[in-house]
Amino acid sequence: MKKSKFASLFLASSLLVGILAGCGAGEEGSSSKGGDEIKIGVNLELSGPVASYGSSQNDGFNLAVEEINAAGGIDGKQIKLVTVDNKSDAAESTSAAIKLTSQDKVAAIIGPATSGNSVAQVQIANDSKTPMITPSGTSPTVTVADNGSVNEYAFRTSFIDPFQGTVAANFATNELKVKTAAVYSDNASDYAKGLAASFIKDFEAAGGTIVQKESYVAKDTDFRSTLTRIKGANPEFIFIPGYYEEVGLIVKQARELGITVPLMGADGWDSPTIVDLAGAEALNNTFVINHYSAEDPDGKAKEFADKFNDKYGKSPNSFNALGYDTVYLLKDAIERAGSTDGTKIKDALKATDNLDLVTGLYSVDENHHPVKSATILEFVDGKQVFNTKVNP
Amino acid sequence: MEWIQQLINGISLGSIYALIALGYTMVYGIIKLINFAHGDVFMVGSFIGFYSITVFGLGFFPALIISMVACALFGVIIERIAYKRLRSATRIAALITAIGVSLLIEYGVIYIRGAQPEAYPNIFSNKTFSILGAQISIQSVLILSVSVVLMILLQFIVHKTKTGKAMRAVSHDVEAAKLMGINVDNTISATFAIGSALAGAAGVIFGVYYTKIDPLMGVIPGLKAFVAAVLGGIGIIPGAMVGGLVLGVVETIVSALGFSLWRDAAAFIILILILIFRPSGIFGKNTREKV
Repeated sequence: MKKSKFASLFLASSLLVGILAGCGAGEEGSSSKGGDEIKIGVNLELSGPVASYGSSQNDGFNLAVEEINAAGGIDGKQIKLVTVDNKSDAAESTSAAIKLTSQDKVAAIIGPATSGNSVAQVQIANDSKTPMITPSGTSPTVTVADNGSVNEYAFRTSFIDPFQGTVAANFATNELKVKTAAVYSDNASDYAKGLAASFIKDFEAAGGTIVQKESYVAKDTDFRSTLTRIKGANPEFIFIPGYYEEVGLIVKQARELGITVPLMGADGWDSPTIVDLAGAEALNNTFVINHYSAEDPDGKAKEFADKFNDKYGKSPNSFNALGYDTVYLLKDAIERAGSTDGTKIKDALKATDNLDLVTGLYSVDENHHPVKSATILEFVDGKQVFNTKVNP
Repeated sequence: MEWIQQLINGISLGSIYALIALGYTMVYGIIKLINFAHGDVFMVGSFIGFYSITVFGLGFFPALIISMVACALFGVIIERIAYKRLRSATRIAALITAIGVSLLIEYGVIYIRGAQPEAYPNIFSNKTFSILGAQISIQSVLILSVSVVLMILLQFIVHKTKTGKAMRAVSHDVEAAKLMGINVDNTISATFAIGSALAGAAGVIFGVYYTKIDPLMGVIPGLKAFVAAVLGGIGIIPGAMVGGLVLGVVETIVSALGFSLWRDAAAFIILILILIFRPSGIFGKNTREKV
């Protein structure tokens, strides 16, 4: 009796050890990522409505990886990018993340560009212990879950939405000195709703009045009736958080209806397409908040602009810069971690302090929100002109 | 003042719906087919206009005419290839084919040129003038007049020409028309040609007025135009015009009252209400199906 109990206990424990060992081996296998190369997954919007962000960031990634590989890689290992197109769709983004973590077994994922698609990837990153860095997912929900807990494996290169809304509110009150404003936001996007909420809060806190609050839905083409309604409320300033496809049409139709007040938006406006859609003339007297300006006089930003121009023959936009910075942010973390183990990279990313990047000095707070500076640009005849730089 | 502006906004939107709805209604009137590919003919027309302007450097009117001619041909080809052999098949088979053709055109265009949107060049000056405090741009006046001229032209063709007479005869009774020596196949092709030409014109006008075009742009305006056609009484030409304008104005009023997020819902609620309470539409006569 006793003997058999012992025997079964022994058997059970040895089995358990065996399973654990198996697991360990599996983990080892999944995180070894080859001998002389580091696989990094790229999950980006390379087609679909916001393809312009994804392909811009891809250019930034490629330039940075090329430079790092030419300089000998990370700790002697070359970087290999595994790229998947998520077609600007949240469900596709989740499947891309599953493919990258389970099939390709990448050390980390960079991308997607938008908050919605990044949120769709967070769960996979946490479950598979693969750190992810979104270059421009500015919604706080990417790194902080709805219940307030931090998504351990999610990071971002850009600043967050509330910060952009705050910057817009400060700029409107202090620089433009307006007292009344209207908000016209995209009701189908978490990004636009987040920006609108923080703008309204800070603008009212600074003594301003919101005279009209309206919404549209992505893919709308006719904004004239709502704009006529906004015009009737006579605001001195209109804040339009949203993406360039609709914003371009909104700006054009607003100017046609005789709305001449300053319009302002955030990084969602940043695409050359907006100038085609709205027309250079209509875009005069509009302001955008951005991560980066090619005209920034800072030395590192200028050096990047030159290198980018050499490779692609055009001056970089902020998505190019954020893509480029994302790779360097990850490189810095992998070097400090001294390993491609997901958990170690995550800990290193969390400890990033005053890293000198193209888009400014970069630190991370306890919610994985970067602490960094923002740039304000003004459209003058279809060109973005550096206006001022706002520190956190 | 704000309301005059809103009315102008609504009529501009409505006249585009009306142009598309005319094609729906004409085709339905003649072969009792809801041609769901019609919205995509509109999209193709828009792209033909776009390339005529940007690649060949043509002006608005030549681009409009090229697009109308090309779409007329395109419409006839669709009819000959996809619908003709189904003329004696069940109506559901033809309807499903129409949906298939619609998807084929949409994704065919995406395959050829990609899914990215395109911005129509600014071919009219952005000058606006104000009447009673409403801002009216030169382009919206031009667009409105082009739509009106096309609708008058259509009325003329339908009521004063031989083709029009044949179309009316076929839509009334195919068998009797055949016995009277009318070439039914050619008449049906002519209907597709005219309807598709109007969709092509609507495509160019849409591009000029709203700037952004993309391969899936035909889906929502196509559905709205379908609602407009049903609203006016499907198969009845003046019904499509009135239905389109009413729908445009209703959508604008819904937004103007501050319910902009309910605008699309409003259009489809109208469809549901019409189907429940007056299935034959505003202009429709209640006819009993013959057994």
